[in-house]
Amino acid sequence: MIITRDLTKRYGPTTAVRGVDLEVREGDRYGLLGPNGSGKTTLIRMLLGLVFATRGEIEVLGLPVPRRVREVLPQVGALVEGPGMYPHLPGRTNLDLFDAAGPGGGRRDRRRRVDQALERVGLAGIDRRPVRAYSLGMRQRLGLAAALLRTPRLLILDEPTNGLDPRGIREIRDLLTELNDEGTTVLLSSHLLTEIEAFCSRVGVMDSGRLVLQDDLAALRAPTGRVVLHTPDADRVVALLDGRVEARDGDRLTVRHQAPDDLNAELVTAGVRVVELAGERRSLEQVVLEATTTSSDRVEGGTA
Amino acid sequence: MIRVELAKLFRRPRTYVIAALLCALPFIVAVFLATTRIPPPPGQGGAFLSAVLSNGALYPAAAMALVLPVLLPVSVAVLAGDAVAGEASAGTLRYLLIRPVGRTRLLVAKLVSLVVFVLFAIATVLVTSYVTGLALFGAEADSTGVTLPADVTSLSGVTITPAGLAWRLLATVAYITVSMLGVAAIALFLSTVTDSALGAAMGALAVLVVSQVLVTLDAAAAVRPYLPTRYWLAWIDFFREPVLWRDIERGAALQLVYLVVLLGAAWANFMTRDVKN
Repeated sequence: MIITRDLTKRYGPTTAVRGVDLEVREGDRYGLLGPNGSGKTTLIRMLLGLVFATRGEIEVLGLPVPRRVREVLPQVGALVEGPGMYPHLPGRTNLDLFDAAGPGGGRRDRRRRVDQALERVGLAGIDRRPVRAYSLGMRQRLGLAAALLRTPRLLILDEPTNGLDPRGIREIRDLLTELNDEGTTVLLSSHLLTEIEAFCSRVGVMDSGRLVLQDDLAALRAPTGRVVLHTPDADRVVALLDGRVEARDGDRLTVRHQAPDDLNAELVTAGVRVVELAGERRSLEQVVLEATTTSSDRVEGGTA
Repeated sequence: MIRVELAKLFRRPRTYVIAALLCALPFIVAVFLATTRIPPPPGQGGAFLSAVLSNGALYPAAAMALVLPVLLPVSVAVLAGDAVAGEASAGTLRYLLIRPVGRTRLLVAKLVSLVVFVLFAIATVLVTSYVTGLALFGAEADSTGVTLPADVTSLSGVTITPAGLAWRLLATVAYITVSMLGVAAIALFLSTVTDSALGAAMGALAVLVVSQVLVTLDAAAAVRPYLPTRYWLAWIDFFREPVLWRDIERGAALQLVYLVVLLGAAWANFMTRDVKN
């Protein structure tokens, strides 16, 4: 769906994106994670032909960008850095104008398309108020509706849940899941781990312009080789496992052990009561923190 | 895309506010003239202003002479400066481009909507000033034609037919539109350079003011023929009998050169620019 090779963008002396090899496959729910200023937005803008790369190649839907971007974009819906609307016009009129501006949409079924898009994002009952009067969440939904006008094969969404309340975030996630089940590939960028973890199946992590990590979420969250055990017989377990207990917090133990099932059998055979037992997995947060260096909006003082 | 741009133009209240302001100036002047009946001394004040006292049908021409030097170019500069930079700062430019609207097409649509705005503004000024002129000054009793005023024509007392007046006004509209396109081209170019609509409009106005100052400066005589505002008032020559074409032709040619060069620059700049907001 999306392939980039050695993609680099320099703005004067600063390098916003350096040597990124992104790969989004058809049907993916790809989550692009990274702190603010790590180059996510610049990368997305290059994919859409808004910003021109200094070096490297981009292929979207099998076609080179920006050379043939005009054949690519009609099949792509995107939300880049917040929605952009004409504030003095109502939401519906905004969608009408955006729909009329692009190719491939007949005038006759414009109304139906706009209604459908509004319906999908939960704005079916929208009134004639100008966008100026909308809440941040409503604008975000409207922007998403604009992205959905042409029932795209690929959705590129930069921070789509900005300004939404928890219920709104959930609704958008359900909508994206539904679209993905219908075959739409989704590339979602966010600095919110929880959002990516809840929706995505594949994750790329950006840090100061580099794509430092790209893998399936399941692979990233590999077992750590430890088992977390909750038992009222903690003292007996410590004696039984002899040195394999790495940490103890009351009746909660962390045990070094590759196979949780074997450990469970071993404990039950020994007559230890087990309340809870689970193989420990790395959290996405751990993975990301290991891969990234520092928050880019943090400004360190000089070393005295 | 042109249809979309026109819809945006005419769905925006500011379009009508600007047109109303343009109409208000000749109206205010007419009220003062009609109540006091004091004509400007010959050679001073706006062209045609003393002539309209005897014939209200000439007031549209006087109105053009009133709005052309400042008010009309200012409004064109503001709108053209806003054309691309305004979309950029509102965040709509990126959504238009990924719709996708080709960058060339977007520029052309913007230019067309500016032309339509100029025509719309001039038309409203012409209509309102014609009505104002007839209402406040009355038409000449002689119904066979319109006498060209002596302070404009070299030959006094020449009479032109109403049809003659009509084509002269139409030619004037065309000439002024071309002149305003020159202004639009300056502002549109700056609009593709900066993301600040105000900055682009300001830049274009600065160019015009400098040009206006230099036009009157004898020391700058060497560059005078190339200044964008040099031939702005040449349309008055349409009201001579016979029409004096020399300045009109030069003026139109000069504006076309500005138009081609600046639009070319705007296009080249816009095609290769990173859209970052």
